[in-house]
Amino acid sequence: MPAEHADEIHRLMALATGDEKHDESSTSTLDALHVLYDRVLRFDAANPGWEERDRFILSKGHGPASYYAVLAHHGFFPPDRLAGFMTWGGTLGSHPDRQQVPGVEASTGSLGHGLPMAVGVALALRAKGLTDQRTIVLTGDAELNEGSNWEAILVAPTLELGGLTLLAVDNHSSTIDMNLPAKLEAFGWVARTVEGHDHAGLEAVLCERDDHRPTAVIADIPEGEW
Amino acid sequence: MREQMGITACDLFAQDDRVAIVLAEISTQYFGPALEGDPLRAVNLGIMEQSMIGVAAGFAMEGFHPIVHTMAPFIVERPLEQIKLDFGYQGLGGTFVSAGASYDYGAEGATHHSPGDVQAMLTIPGVEVLVPGSAVEVDRAIRSTYADGRITYVRTGVAMNATSFETQIGRAEVIRRGGRSTVLAVGPLLERTLAAVEGMDVTVLYVTSVAPFDAETLVRETTGPDVVVVEPFYEGTLTPAVSAALAGRPSRIGSVGVPRRFIHTYGQLEEHDREVGLDTRGIRDRIASFLDGR
Repeated sequence: MPAEHADEIHRLMALATGDEKHDESSTSTLDALHVLYDRVLRFDAANPGWEERDRFILSKGHGPASYYAVLAHHGFFPPDRLAGFMTWGGTLGSHPDRQQVPGVEASTGSLGHGLPMAVGVALALRAKGLTDQRTIVLTGDAELNEGSNWEAILVAPTLELGGLTLLAVDNHSSTIDMNLPAKLEAFGWVARTVEGHDHAGLEAVLCERDDHRPTAVIADIPEGEW
Repeated sequence: MREQMGITACDLFAQDDRVAIVLAEISTQYFGPALEGDPLRAVNLGIMEQSMIGVAAGFAMEGFHPIVHTMAPFIVERPLEQIKLDFGYQGLGGTFVSAGASYDYGAEGATHHSPGDVQAMLTIPGVEVLVPGSAVEVDRAIRSTYADGRITYVRTGVAMNATSFETQIGRAEVIRRGGRSTVLAVGPLLERTLAAVEGMDVTVLYVTSVAPFDAETLVRETTGPDVVVVEPFYEGTLTPAVSAALAGRPSRIGSVGVPRRFIHTYGQLEEHDREVGLDTRGIRDRIASFLDGR
Protein backbone atom coordinates (compact mmCIF):
# COMPACT_ATOMS: atom_id res chain seq x y z
CA MET A 1 0.00 0.00 0.00
CA PRO A 2 1.15 3.57 -0.42
CA ALA A 3 3.54 4.36 2.39
CA GLU A 4 1.44 7.16 3.83
CA HIS A 5 -1.62 4.88 4.04
CA ALA A 6 0.39 2.07 5.59
CA ASP A 7 1.81 4.41 8.19
CA GLU A 8 -1.61 5.83 8.96
CA ILE A 9 -3.28 2.43 9.36
CA HIS A 10 -0.42 1.12 11.50
CA ARG A 11 -0.72 4.24 13.63
CA LEU A 12 -4.46 3.58 14.00
CA MET A 13 -3.85 -0.07 14.89
CA ALA A 14 -1.36 1.07 17.50
CA LEU A 15 -4.06 3.36 18.92
CA ALA A 16 -6.17 0.28 19.46
CA THR A 17 -3.60 -2.22 20.61
CA GLY A 18 -1.35 0.12 22.53
CA ASP A 19 1.94 -0.67 20.85
CA GLU A 20 3.43 -1.35 17.45
CA LYS A 21 3.09 -5.11 17.72
CA HIS A 22 -0.01 -6.84 16.45
CA ASP A 23 -1.08 -10.39 16.67
CA GLU A 24 -0.87 -12.57 13.60
CA SER A 25 -4.61 -12.94 13.06
CA SER A 26 -5.03 -9.19 12.81
CA THR A 27 -1.98 -8.44 10.70
CA SER A 28 -2.55 -11.24 8.19
CA THR A 29 -5.86 -9.66 7.16
CA LEU A 30 -4.57 -6.10 7.01
CA ASP A 31 -3.53 -6.06 3.36
CA ALA A 32 -6.74 -7.70 2.21
CA LEU A 33 -8.89 -5.33 4.26
CA HIS A 34 -6.98 -2.31 3.04
CA VAL A 35 -7.36 -3.36 -0.61
CA LEU A 36 -11.07 -4.08 -0.12
CA TYR A 37 -11.89 -0.70 1.41
CA ASP A 38 -9.42 1.29 -0.70
CA ARG A 39 -10.07 -0.22 -4.11
CA VAL A 40 -12.90 -2.76 -4.27
CA LEU A 41 -15.92 -2.13 -2.06
CA ARG A 42 -18.54 0.52 -2.75
CA PHE A 43 -19.59 2.16 0.51
CA ASP A 44 -20.54 5.48 2.06
CA ALA A 45 -18.94 5.85 5.47
CA ALA A 46 -21.36 8.66 6.33
CA ASN A 47 -24.28 6.35 5.56
CA PRO A 48 -23.18 2.81 6.46
CA GLY A 49 -26.63 1.39 5.66
CA TRP A 50 -26.62 2.81 2.10
CA GLU A 51 -28.71 0.32 0.13
CA GLU A 52 -26.44 0.40 -2.94
CA ARG A 53 -23.31 -0.56 -0.99
CA ASP A 54 -21.37 -3.76 -1.39
CA ARG A 55 -21.68 -6.01 1.66
CA PHE A 56 -18.59 -7.16 3.50
CA ILE A 57 -18.68 -9.70 6.31
CA LEU A 58 -15.60 -10.36 8.40
CA SER A 59 -16.42 -13.93 9.32
CA LYS A 60 -13.09 -14.51 10.97
CA GLY A 61 -14.02 -12.04 13.67
CA HIS A 62 -10.96 -12.43 15.85
CA GLY A 63 -7.98 -10.12 15.57
CA PRO A 64 -10.15 -7.18 14.47
CA ALA A 65 -7.69 -4.37 15.23
CA SER A 66 -6.81 -4.09 11.55
CA TYR A 67 -10.51 -4.06 10.62
CA TYR A 68 -11.26 -1.28 13.09
CA ALA A 69 -8.22 0.67 11.90
CA VAL A 70 -9.32 0.41 8.27
CA LEU A 71 -12.91 1.42 9.15
CA ALA A 72 -11.64 4.41 11.14
CA HIS A 73 -9.24 5.34 8.36
CA HIS A 74 -12.16 5.43 5.91
CA GLY A 75 -14.28 7.54 8.23
CA PHE A 76 -16.85 5.11 9.63
CA PHE A 77 -16.10 6.36 13.14
CA PRO A 78 -13.65 8.78 14.74
CA PRO A 79 -10.18 7.30 15.26
CA ASP A 80 -10.21 8.25 18.95
CA ARG A 81 -12.68 5.43 19.50
CA LEU A 82 -9.84 3.01 18.82
CA ALA A 83 -8.33 3.83 22.20
CA GLY A 84 -11.28 2.04 23.78
CA PHE A 85 -10.47 -1.26 22.05
CA MET A 86 -11.51 -4.16 24.31
CA THR A 87 -12.21 -1.87 27.26
CA TRP A 88 -15.27 -1.67 29.52
CA GLY A 89 -17.58 0.96 28.08
CA GLY A 90 -15.90 0.80 24.68
CA THR A 91 -17.65 -0.32 21.49
CA LEU A 92 -14.76 -2.14 19.85
CA GLY A 93 -14.59 -5.66 21.20
CA SER A 94 -12.19 -8.45 20.53
CA HIS A 95 -14.86 -9.61 18.08
CA PRO A 96 -16.92 -7.04 16.16
CA ASP A 97 -20.55 -6.26 17.07
CA ARG A 98 -22.79 -4.94 14.30
CA GLN A 99 -24.95 -3.13 16.85
CA GLN A 100 -21.95 -1.19 18.15
CA VAL A 101 -19.65 -0.44 15.23
CA PRO A 102 -20.70 1.59 12.17
CA GLY A 103 -19.78 -0.28 9.00
CA VAL A 104 -19.76 -3.72 10.59
CA GLU A 105 -22.33 -5.85 8.77
CA ALA A 106 -22.22 -8.93 11.00
CA SER A 107 -21.42 -9.79 14.60
CA THR A 108 -18.89 -12.56 14.33
CA GLY A 109 -16.37 -14.41 16.44
CA SER A 110 -17.81 -17.89 16.60
CA LEU A 111 -16.29 -19.47 13.50
CA GLY A 112 -18.34 -20.74 10.59
CA HIS A 113 -21.21 -18.25 10.77
CA GLY A 114 -20.20 -15.62 8.20
CA LEU A 115 -20.35 -17.63 5.01
CA PRO A 116 -23.89 -19.00 5.50
CA MET A 117 -25.05 -15.49 6.39
CA ALA A 118 -23.29 -14.15 3.28
CA VAL A 119 -25.21 -16.67 1.13
CA GLY A 120 -28.42 -15.29 2.65
CA VAL A 121 -27.33 -11.70 2.06
CA ALA A 122 -26.45 -12.51 -1.57
CA LEU A 123 -29.85 -14.16 -2.07
CA ALA A 124 -31.57 -11.17 -0.47
CA LEU A 125 -29.72 -8.69 -2.68
CA ARG A 126 -30.76 -10.65 -5.75
CA ALA A 127 -34.37 -10.75 -4.51
CA LYS A 128 -34.23 -6.96 -4.15
CA GLY A 129 -32.87 -6.58 -7.67
CA LEU A 130 -29.50 -5.30 -6.44
CA THR A 131 -27.61 -7.48 -8.90
CA ASP A 132 -24.52 -5.27 -9.26
CA GLN A 133 -23.84 -5.37 -5.54
CA ARG A 134 -21.19 -7.73 -4.26
CA THR A 135 -21.25 -9.80 -1.08
CA ILE A 136 -17.72 -10.50 0.09
CA VAL A 137 -16.98 -12.64 3.13
CA LEU A 138 -13.54 -13.02 4.69
CA THR A 139 -12.62 -16.22 6.47
CA GLY A 140 -9.41 -17.70 7.76
CA ASP A 141 -8.10 -21.01 6.44
CA ALA A 142 -8.53 -22.80 9.77
CA GLU A 143 -12.04 -21.38 10.06
CA LEU A 144 -12.87 -23.42 6.98
CA ASN A 145 -12.54 -26.55 9.14
CA GLU A 146 -16.05 -25.73 10.36
CA GLY A 147 -18.68 -27.87 8.64
CA SER A 148 -21.23 -25.07 8.37
CA ASN A 149 -18.92 -23.39 5.84
CA TRP A 150 -18.97 -26.48 3.65
CA GLU A 151 -22.76 -26.52 3.68
CA ALA A 152 -22.65 -23.00 2.30
CA ILE A 153 -19.81 -23.79 -0.11
CA LEU A 154 -21.88 -26.73 -1.40
CA VAL A 155 -25.07 -24.77 -1.96
CA ALA A 156 -23.78 -21.40 -3.23
CA PRO A 157 -22.91 -22.62 -6.76
CA THR A 158 -26.29 -24.34 -7.16
CA LEU A 159 -27.91 -21.02 -6.25
CA GLU A 160 -25.78 -19.37 -8.96
CA LEU A 161 -24.56 -16.66 -6.63
CA GLY A 162 -22.19 -14.89 -8.99
CA GLY A 163 -22.21 -11.85 -6.72
CA LEU A 164 -20.71 -13.81 -3.81
CA THR A 165 -16.99 -13.81 -3.12
CA LEU A 166 -15.25 -15.86 -0.45
CA LEU A 167 -11.95 -14.26 0.49
CA ALA A 168 -10.00 -16.91 2.40
CA VAL A 169 -6.91 -15.50 4.04
CA ASP A 170 -4.69 -18.55 4.19
CA ASN A 171 -2.00 -18.03 6.80
CA HIS A 172 -1.52 -21.79 7.07
CA SER A 173 -2.97 -21.90 10.55
CA SER A 174 -5.12 -24.96 9.86
CA THR A 175 -3.90 -28.20 11.38
CA ILE A 176 -5.58 -30.04 8.53
CA ASP A 177 -4.03 -29.46 5.11
CA MET A 178 -6.86 -27.64 3.37
CA ASN A 179 -5.76 -27.47 -0.30
CA LEU A 180 -8.48 -24.91 -0.78
CA PRO A 181 -8.24 -24.15 -4.51
CA ALA A 182 -8.80 -27.77 -5.54
CA LYS A 183 -11.62 -28.30 -3.07
CA LEU A 184 -13.42 -25.08 -3.98
CA GLU A 185 -13.08 -25.76 -7.72
CA ALA A 186 -14.52 -29.23 -7.14
CA PHE A 187 -17.50 -27.69 -5.33
CA GLY A 188 -18.19 -25.47 -8.35
CA TRP A 189 -16.52 -22.22 -7.37
CA VAL A 190 -14.20 -20.10 -9.45
CA ALA A 191 -11.01 -20.30 -7.37
CA ARG A 192 -8.14 -17.82 -7.65
CA THR A 193 -5.00 -17.83 -5.57
CA VAL A 194 -3.07 -14.64 -4.96
CA GLU A 195 -0.17 -13.67 -2.76
CA GLY A 196 -1.75 -12.18 0.34
CA HIS A 197 0.45 -9.10 0.54
CA ASP A 198 0.27 -8.31 -3.21
CA HIS A 199 -2.09 -5.37 -3.39
CA ALA A 200 -2.34 -5.17 -7.15
CA GLY A 201 -2.92 -8.91 -7.35
CA LEU A 202 -5.57 -8.82 -4.63
CA GLU A 203 -7.31 -5.92 -6.29
CA ALA A 204 -7.34 -7.65 -9.68
CA VAL A 205 -8.89 -10.91 -8.45
CA LEU A 206 -11.27 -9.23 -6.00
CA CYS A 207 -12.70 -7.09 -8.79
CA GLU A 208 -13.45 -10.17 -10.90
CA ARG A 209 -16.82 -11.84 -10.76
CA ASP A 210 -18.54 -14.54 -12.73
CA ASP A 211 -22.14 -14.22 -13.87
CA HIS A 212 -23.21 -17.49 -12.25
CA ARG A 213 -20.47 -19.08 -10.19
CA PRO A 214 -19.37 -17.68 -6.84
CA THR A 215 -15.70 -16.75 -6.65
CA ALA A 216 -13.18 -17.81 -4.04
CA VAL A 217 -10.02 -15.79 -3.60
CA ILE A 218 -7.35 -17.57 -1.61
CA ALA A 219 -5.00 -14.92 -0.26
CA ASP A 220 -1.90 -16.90 0.53
CA ILE A 221 0.23 -15.58 3.35
CA PRO A 222 3.65 -17.20 2.90
CA GLU A 223 4.54 -19.40 5.86
CA GLY A 224 6.51 -17.55 8.46
CA GLU A 225 5.04 -14.22 7.37
CA TRP A 226 2.09 -12.35 8.81
CA MET B 1 -51.01 -27.73 12.06
CA ARG B 2 -48.17 -28.56 9.70
CA GLU B 3 -50.37 -28.00 6.66
CA GLN B 4 -51.68 -24.77 8.18
CA MET B 5 -48.12 -23.56 8.71
CA GLY B 6 -47.51 -23.92 4.96
CA ILE B 7 -50.78 -22.23 4.05
CA THR B 8 -50.14 -19.29 6.38
CA ALA B 9 -46.51 -18.89 5.34
CA CYS B 10 -47.37 -18.99 1.62
CA ASP B 11 -50.19 -16.51 2.13
CA LEU B 12 -47.89 -14.07 3.96
CA PHE B 13 -45.27 -14.68 1.26
CA ALA B 14 -47.79 -13.68 -1.43
CA GLN B 15 -48.99 -10.60 0.47
CA ASP B 16 -45.71 -9.22 1.73
CA ASP B 17 -42.69 -9.09 -0.56
CA ARG B 18 -40.44 -8.83 2.50
CA VAL B 19 -41.23 -12.40 3.56
CA ALA B 20 -38.55 -14.97 2.77
CA ILE B 21 -38.95 -18.72 3.24
CA VAL B 22 -35.89 -20.84 3.99
CA LEU B 23 -36.19 -24.63 4.11
CA ALA B 24 -33.95 -27.65 4.53
CA GLU B 25 -35.75 -30.33 2.52
CA ILE B 26 -38.45 -31.00 5.13
CA SER B 27 -42.12 -30.22 4.38
CA THR B 28 -41.40 -28.67 0.97
CA GLN B 29 -44.74 -30.10 -0.15
CA TYR B 30 -46.51 -27.53 2.05
CA PHE B 31 -44.63 -24.57 0.56
CA GLY B 32 -45.30 -25.20 -3.14
CA PRO B 33 -46.89 -21.84 -3.98
CA ALA B 34 -43.89 -19.97 -2.56
CA LEU B 35 -41.16 -22.24 -3.93
CA GLU B 36 -42.74 -22.20 -7.38
CA GLY B 37 -43.95 -18.61 -7.31
CA ASP B 38 -40.89 -16.51 -6.52
CA PRO B 39 -37.78 -18.64 -6.05
CA LEU B 40 -35.74 -15.53 -5.29
CA ARG B 41 -37.35 -15.24 -1.85
CA ALA B 42 -38.12 -18.91 -1.19
CA VAL B 43 -35.30 -21.39 -1.09
CA ASN B 44 -34.90 -25.04 -0.23
CA LEU B 45 -31.21 -25.38 0.56
CA GLY B 46 -31.07 -29.13 1.01
CA ILE B 47 -30.26 -30.82 4.28
CA MET B 48 -28.14 -28.20 6.05
CA GLU B 49 -29.73 -26.79 9.17
CA GLN B 50 -26.86 -24.61 10.35
CA SER B 51 -26.76 -22.87 7.00
CA MET B 52 -30.54 -22.71 6.89
CA ILE B 53 -30.44 -20.47 9.96
CA GLY B 54 -27.44 -18.50 8.68
CA VAL B 55 -29.05 -17.91 5.29
CA ALA B 56 -32.27 -16.81 6.99
CA ALA B 57 -30.22 -14.37 9.07
CA GLY B 58 -28.69 -13.01 5.86
CA PHE B 59 -32.21 -12.31 4.59
CA ALA B 60 -33.06 -10.63 7.90
CA MET B 61 -29.91 -8.48 7.70
CA GLU B 62 -31.31 -7.16 4.40
CA GLY B 63 -34.71 -6.30 5.88
CA PHE B 64 -36.63 -9.47 5.09
CA HIS B 65 -38.84 -11.40 7.51
CA PRO B 66 -37.60 -14.98 7.21
CA ILE B 67 -39.83 -17.94 7.97
CA VAL B 68 -37.81 -21.07 8.63
CA HIS B 69 -39.05 -24.59 9.13
CA THR B 70 -37.93 -28.12 9.83
CA MET B 71 -38.38 -30.80 12.48
CA ALA B 72 -38.09 -29.58 16.08
CA PRO B 73 -34.74 -31.20 16.95
CA PHE B 74 -33.17 -29.99 13.70
CA ILE B 75 -34.40 -26.40 13.87
CA VAL B 76 -33.64 -25.83 17.56
CA GLU B 77 -31.10 -28.20 19.04
CA ARG B 78 -28.77 -28.72 16.10
CA PRO B 79 -28.35 -25.04 15.06
CA LEU B 80 -29.08 -23.42 18.44
CA GLU B 81 -25.88 -21.37 18.27
CA GLN B 82 -26.89 -20.00 14.87
CA ILE B 83 -30.24 -18.87 16.32
CA LYS B 84 -28.53 -17.44 19.39
CA LEU B 85 -25.85 -15.48 17.52
CA ASP B 86 -27.04 -14.90 13.95
CA PHE B 87 -30.46 -13.75 15.17
CA GLY B 88 -30.32 -13.10 18.93
CA TYR B 89 -26.99 -11.35 19.34
CA GLN B 90 -27.37 -9.55 16.03
CA GLY B 91 -30.79 -8.21 17.03
CA LEU B 92 -32.65 -9.73 14.08
CA GLY B 93 -36.15 -11.14 13.80
CA GLY B 94 -37.26 -14.44 12.31
CA THR B 95 -40.01 -17.01 12.61
CA PHE B 96 -38.97 -20.58 13.34
CA VAL B 97 -41.78 -23.07 12.92
CA SER B 98 -41.16 -26.65 13.96
CA ALA B 99 -42.96 -29.92 13.50
CA GLY B 100 -42.66 -33.12 15.47
CA ALA B 101 -42.96 -31.73 19.00
CA SER B 102 -41.83 -34.03 21.82
CA TYR B 103 -42.51 -37.42 20.20
CA ASP B 104 -45.20 -36.96 17.53
CA TYR B 105 -43.52 -39.43 15.23
CA GLY B 106 -43.02 -42.02 17.92
CA ALA B 107 -41.82 -44.74 15.60
CA GLU B 108 -38.90 -42.60 14.45
CA GLY B 109 -37.18 -42.89 17.81
CA ALA B 110 -35.48 -40.31 19.99
CA THR B 111 -33.40 -38.86 17.13
CA HIS B 112 -36.61 -37.24 15.91
CA HIS B 113 -38.01 -36.31 19.32
CA SER B 114 -37.57 -32.91 20.89
CA PRO B 115 -39.00 -32.60 24.40
CA GLY B 116 -36.17 -30.13 25.15
CA ASP B 117 -36.82 -27.65 22.32
CA VAL B 118 -38.75 -25.04 24.29
CA GLN B 119 -36.33 -25.03 27.20
CA ALA B 120 -33.43 -24.68 24.77
CA MET B 121 -35.08 -21.74 23.00
CA LEU B 122 -35.72 -20.06 26.35
CA THR B 123 -31.95 -19.79 26.88
CA ILE B 124 -31.92 -17.08 24.19
CA PRO B 125 -32.78 -13.65 25.62
CA GLY B 126 -35.85 -11.97 24.15
CA VAL B 127 -37.36 -14.94 22.33
CA GLU B 128 -41.05 -15.45 21.81
CA VAL B 129 -42.18 -19.07 22.24
CA LEU B 130 -45.65 -19.96 21.08
CA VAL B 131 -47.26 -23.38 21.49
CA PRO B 132 -50.61 -23.20 19.72
CA GLY B 133 -53.22 -25.88 20.29
CA SER B 134 -54.98 -25.85 16.93
CA ALA B 135 -54.47 -24.98 13.28
CA VAL B 136 -56.35 -21.69 13.70
CA GLU B 137 -54.05 -20.77 16.57
CA VAL B 138 -50.99 -21.66 14.46
CA ASP B 139 -52.22 -19.26 11.80
CA ARG B 140 -52.71 -16.48 14.34
CA ALA B 141 -49.36 -17.15 16.01
CA ILE B 142 -47.43 -16.78 12.77
CA ARG B 143 -49.41 -13.84 11.38
CA SER B 144 -49.22 -11.80 14.56
CA THR B 145 -45.46 -12.14 14.98
CA TYR B 146 -43.74 -12.69 11.64
CA ALA B 147 -42.81 -9.04 11.17
CA ASP B 148 -42.28 -8.02 14.81
CA GLY B 149 -38.49 -8.06 14.62
CA ARG B 150 -38.15 -10.76 17.29
CA ILE B 151 -37.13 -14.39 17.29
CA THR B 152 -40.39 -16.31 17.37
CA TYR B 153 -40.49 -20.06 17.88
CA VAL B 154 -43.81 -21.64 16.90
CA ARG B 155 -44.13 -25.26 17.97
CA THR B 156 -46.62 -27.24 15.90
CA GLY B 157 -47.59 -30.83 16.45
CA VAL B 158 -49.96 -33.62 15.55
CA ALA B 159 -52.00 -33.41 18.77
CA MET B 160 -54.66 -30.68 18.72
CA ASN B 161 -57.61 -29.39 20.72
CA ALA B 162 -61.04 -29.54 19.03
CA THR B 163 -61.82 -26.00 20.16
CA SER B 164 -59.77 -22.93 19.30
CA PHE B 165 -59.49 -19.79 21.40
CA GLU B 166 -58.74 -16.15 20.69
CA THR B 167 -55.13 -16.69 21.64
CA GLN B 168 -52.78 -13.72 21.75
CA ILE B 169 -49.11 -13.43 22.34
CA GLY B 170 -48.39 -12.68 26.00
CA ARG B 171 -51.87 -13.65 27.17
CA ALA B 172 -53.27 -16.70 28.92
CA GLU B 173 -56.97 -17.56 28.61
CA VAL B 174 -59.15 -18.31 31.63
CA ILE B 175 -61.03 -21.47 30.66
CA ARG B 176 -62.77 -22.21 33.95
CA ARG B 177 -62.61 -20.93 37.51
CA GLY B 178 -62.38 -23.01 40.68
CA GLY B 179 -61.49 -22.39 44.30
CA ARG B 180 -58.79 -24.80 45.30
CA SER B 181 -55.88 -24.50 42.95
CA THR B 182 -54.75 -23.47 39.49
CA VAL B 183 -53.90 -25.70 36.56
CA LEU B 184 -52.05 -24.28 33.55
CA ALA B 185 -52.68 -26.33 30.41
CA VAL B 186 -50.17 -25.67 27.65
CA GLY B 187 -51.14 -25.80 23.96
CA PRO B 188 -52.41 -29.13 22.68
CA LEU B 189 -52.83 -30.55 26.21
CA LEU B 190 -55.79 -28.32 27.05
CA GLU B 191 -58.55 -30.68 25.99
CA ARG B 192 -57.06 -33.65 27.84
CA THR B 193 -56.41 -31.51 30.89
CA LEU B 194 -60.03 -30.32 30.99
CA ALA B 195 -61.20 -33.94 30.86
CA ALA B 196 -58.66 -34.87 33.53
CA VAL B 197 -59.78 -32.23 36.06
CA GLU B 198 -63.48 -32.94 35.73
CA GLY B 199 -64.93 -32.87 39.22
CA MET B 200 -61.90 -31.09 40.70
CA ASP B 201 -62.36 -27.60 42.16
CA VAL B 202 -59.63 -25.97 40.09
CA THR B 203 -59.09 -22.97 37.83
CA VAL B 204 -57.80 -23.84 34.38
CA LEU B 205 -55.71 -21.36 32.41
CA TYR B 206 -54.82 -22.02 28.79
CA VAL B 207 -51.25 -21.05 27.91
CA THR B 208 -50.06 -20.86 24.31
CA SER B 209 -47.64 -17.97 24.85
CA VAL B 210 -44.87 -19.56 26.89
CA ALA B 211 -42.71 -16.48 26.36
CA PRO B 212 -43.71 -13.79 26.98
CA PHE B 213 -45.53 -15.44 29.86
CA ASP B 214 -48.73 -13.91 31.20
CA ALA B 215 -47.75 -13.54 34.86
CA GLU B 216 -50.53 -11.02 35.45
CA THR B 217 -53.37 -13.43 34.66
CA LEU B 218 -51.74 -16.19 36.70
CA VAL B 219 -51.38 -13.94 39.75
CA ARG B 220 -54.91 -12.57 39.39
CA GLU B 221 -56.59 -15.94 38.96
CA THR B 222 -54.61 -17.90 41.54
CA THR B 223 -56.07 -17.95 45.03
CA GLY B 224 -54.53 -20.98 46.72
CA PRO B 225 -50.87 -21.96 47.05
CA ASP B 226 -51.00 -24.86 44.56
CA VAL B 227 -50.24 -24.42 40.87
CA VAL B 228 -49.83 -27.32 38.45
CA VAL B 229 -48.45 -26.91 34.92
CA VAL B 230 -49.48 -29.50 32.36
CA GLU B 231 -46.82 -29.09 29.68
CA PRO B 232 -46.19 -31.05 26.47
CA PHE B 233 -42.39 -30.90 26.77
CA TYR B 234 -39.85 -31.69 29.50
CA GLU B 235 -41.40 -31.31 32.92
CA GLY B 236 -40.34 -28.17 34.73
CA THR B 237 -39.90 -26.12 31.55
CA LEU B 238 -42.42 -23.51 32.72
CA THR B 239 -41.50 -23.69 36.40
CA PRO B 240 -39.10 -20.70 36.32
CA ALA B 241 -41.74 -18.43 34.74
CA VAL B 242 -44.46 -19.58 37.16
CA SER B 243 -42.11 -19.31 40.11
CA ALA B 244 -41.10 -15.77 39.14
CA ALA B 245 -44.74 -14.74 38.69
CA LEU B 246 -45.65 -16.04 42.15
CA ALA B 247 -42.53 -14.79 43.92
CA GLY B 248 -44.65 -12.60 46.18
CA ARG B 249 -46.54 -15.47 47.84
CA PRO B 250 -45.84 -18.94 49.24
CA SER B 251 -46.56 -21.48 46.50
CA ARG B 252 -46.17 -25.09 45.56
CA ILE B 253 -45.53 -25.59 41.86
CA GLY B 254 -46.03 -28.97 40.26
CA SER B 255 -45.28 -30.09 36.73
CA VAL B 256 -47.02 -32.70 34.66
CA GLY B 257 -44.77 -32.96 31.62
CA VAL B 258 -42.48 -35.27 29.72
CA PRO B 259 -40.05 -37.08 32.06
CA ARG B 260 -36.37 -36.34 31.49
CA ARG B 261 -35.23 -39.65 30.11
CA PHE B 262 -34.69 -41.09 26.64
CA ILE B 263 -37.39 -43.33 25.28
CA HIS B 264 -35.97 -46.40 23.57
CA THR B 265 -39.15 -47.77 22.10
CA TYR B 266 -41.36 -46.82 19.16
CA GLY B 267 -45.05 -47.05 18.40
CA GLN B 268 -47.58 -44.24 18.10
CA LEU B 269 -47.95 -40.80 19.69
CA GLU B 270 -50.80 -42.05 21.89
CA GLU B 271 -48.63 -44.87 23.20
CA HIS B 272 -45.91 -42.39 24.12
CA ASP B 273 -48.48 -40.18 25.87
CA ARG B 274 -49.59 -43.15 27.93
CA GLU B 275 -46.03 -44.20 28.71
CA VAL B 276 -45.02 -40.76 30.01
CA GLY B 277 -48.30 -40.07 31.81
CA LEU B 278 -49.69 -37.44 29.46
CA ASP B 279 -52.88 -39.22 28.46
CA THR B 280 -56.03 -38.06 30.24
CA ARG B 281 -55.73 -40.65 32.97
CA GLY B 282 -52.05 -39.97 33.54
CA ILE B 283 -52.69 -36.24 33.78
CA ARG B 284 -55.56 -36.79 36.22
CA ASP B 285 -53.53 -39.11 38.45
CA ARG B 286 -50.50 -36.82 38.49
CA ILE B 287 -52.53 -33.67 39.25
CA ALA B 288 -54.47 -35.48 42.01
CA SER B 289 -51.28 -36.87 43.47
CA PHE B 290 -49.68 -33.41 43.60
CA LEU B 291 -52.75 -31.71 45.06
CA ASP B 292 -53.07 -34.42 47.69
CA GLY B 293 -49.47 -33.81 48.62
CA ARG B 294 -48.61 -37.44 48.09
